Amino acid sequence: MLTKELVIIGGGPAGMSAAIAAYEDGIRDLLIIERDDSLGGILQQCIHNGFGLHRFGEELTGPEYAWRYEKRVRELNIPVMLSTMVLDITEDKVVTATNSSEGIFQIKAKAIILAMGCRERPKGALNIAGHRPSGIYSAGMAQKLVNMKGFMPGKNVVILGSGDIGLIMARRMTLEGAKVHAVCELMPYSGGLARNIEQCLNDFDIPLKLSHTVVNIHGKERLEGVTIAKVDERRRPVEGTEEFIACDTLLLSVGLIPENELTKSAGVTLDRVTGGALVDQNRQTEIEGIFSCGNVLHVHDLVDYVSEEAEIAGRGAAAYIRGELVPTKNTTIKTDGKIRYTVPERITSDGDVSVYFRVSDVFRDKKVTVRSGDTIIYQKKHLKLAPGEMECVKLTADKLRGANELVFGLED
Amino acid sequence: MADNTKTRELTCIVCPRGCNLTVKYEGKNVLSVEGNICPRGEKYAEDEVICPRRTVTSTVKTEDGGVVAVKTRETIEKEKMFECMEKINSVVASLPVKIGDVILSDVCGTDIIATQNRG
Ligand SMILES: Cc1cc2nc3c(=O)[nH]c(=O)nc-3n(C[C@H](O)[C@H](O)[C@H](O)COP(=O)(O)OP(=O)(O)OC[C@H]3O[C@@H](n4cnc5c(N)ncnc54)[C@H](O)[C@@H]3O)c2cc1C
Ligand code: SF4
Repeated sequence: MLTKELVIIGGGPAGMSAAIAAYEDGIRDLLIIERDDSLGGILQQCIHNGFGLHRFGEELTGPEYAWRYEKRVRELNIPVMLSTMVLDITEDKVVTATNSSEGIFQIKAKAIILAMGCRERPKGALNIAGHRPSGIYSAGMAQKLVNMKGFMPGKNVVILGSGDIGLIMARRMTLEGAKVHAVCELMPYSGGLARNIEQCLNDFDIPLKLSHTVVNIHGKERLEGVTIAKVDERRRPVEGTEEFIACDTLLLSVGLIPENELTKSAGVTLDRVTGGALVDQNRQTEIEGIFSCGNVLHVHDLVDYVSEEAEIAGRGAAAYIRGELVPTKNTTIKTDGKIRYTVPERITSDGDVSVYFRVSDVFRDKKVTVRSGDTIIYQKKHLKLAPGEMECVKLTADKLRGANELVFGLED
Repeated sequence: MADNTKTRELTCIVCPRGCNLTVKYEGKNVLSVEGNICPRGEKYAEDEVICPRRTVTSTVKTEDGGVVAVKTRETIEKEKMFECMEKINSVVASLPVKIGDVILSDVCGTDIIATQNRG
């Protein structure tokens, strides 16, 4: 069987950053496996700008950001297998993959980095009355059609869900001449970034209807319109608030989920909240030598954070391969529910640790508080916290010393 | 003397952090900007109350029937976004295209450049 010190699954920004970091940390026997025919992952279809400002001091589009990393991968001659799909991984780190030239083959790895990204929630899960005529797309599918195939799905559009991809597509389709009649959001707040509400909706006077949903889909062959309605606090449609909007296209922007089929098959425990693996500060899963980073670990909205996290995983894997990753403690991280989750969920050695988290609702004037037993080891006031925006807390080694369990919460 | 100072709350769109900005201005004179984490936020707020500007990103058809992603090299006046789109949609790029290649020059005061390699 073929052997490799390090196999990286996925060649998006996470996979490329992890590979570069591991290489720069001395690992030479490594391989990136990517199922697509090019590197870059989902960024290839994210042609809008705003990526990498904090990393590169420049405002880049998705493909430009990806190219920075692809260029580096090429300069370093890091081996890449394109058009190759990983089918299975095992607990003892055997990777089974397939491509058209080699059929099905196996690689025994010392360490594996999972960087498979995320996918959109399936639209079948949608609970809406009526037929399923053509003209209904997930926002990401529409993004791919418009930006990579040059195909416009329709002229009169309604978008359900105010996630970032939906907002970005509202602007994109408007610029290409479509009329976006409304963006409906079930929740009383948007799931997207404030900047996208501003530049994708407000710039074009596209109404954002909070606490609204689509209750009926009209049309048999082709979509003819949708009925939208207001929802109450329990997210049930309120009778008498129905409104018909004629449209030929409905985009669903209802969220992303980590792509973890492979992770599960290896027997890695997944976090119920994030849908990704449970990891320590090196992004090592519960199985030694298997690491996870990027959107397969938890959904990020900032690719800068994806690269940062992937570099941690790359350096972690390099240390593991050298036999230097020896756990010296086990500090677990819990949350109070207002903070929905943290990454990592446990800390296994001394040193400074950055902990990323998301909140479960919109909160104002709260203090992000980290307690170790009765001691507050970190506290910072925030004017506003929203589920759409990932936050980060840096904990220093001296504060973490001796902690058994940390609790992350929001206090008044 | 009448105080003509106006205050506007803005969301900085320059990066995904989306800082909440408070701008105080009088006519076309910006007096103060608060809430920005970095200097780009200040510049954005100034432009926004005097003459809002945006980057336009889109795609241009390529001679093989595909598309290549493009952007305006610099920001353009927000008002001219649709004029810019019209120009972008009026050309077909010949291949190969490299990141940074000028696809169209002098559109709304800037160039349209490729953001992807193709061909
Ligand atoms: C439709 C969509 C649109 C998005 N738009 C934006 C946006 O506009 N701005 C933004 O900041 N973020 C956006 N995101 C989030 C975006 O995914 C992250 O910013 C970033 O691209 C995540 O990087 P990644 O490497 O973790 O994942 P990805 O970029 O998704 O890369 C994962 C890679 O793994 C490969 N892969 C998966 N499974 C296998 C397998 N079994 N074998 C081999 N290869 C495999 C995939 O082909 C892919 O190339 C979007 C996400 C989606 C799904
Ligand atoms: S002020 Fe700076 S950090 Fe804040 S959103 Fe604008 S560009 Fe980003």
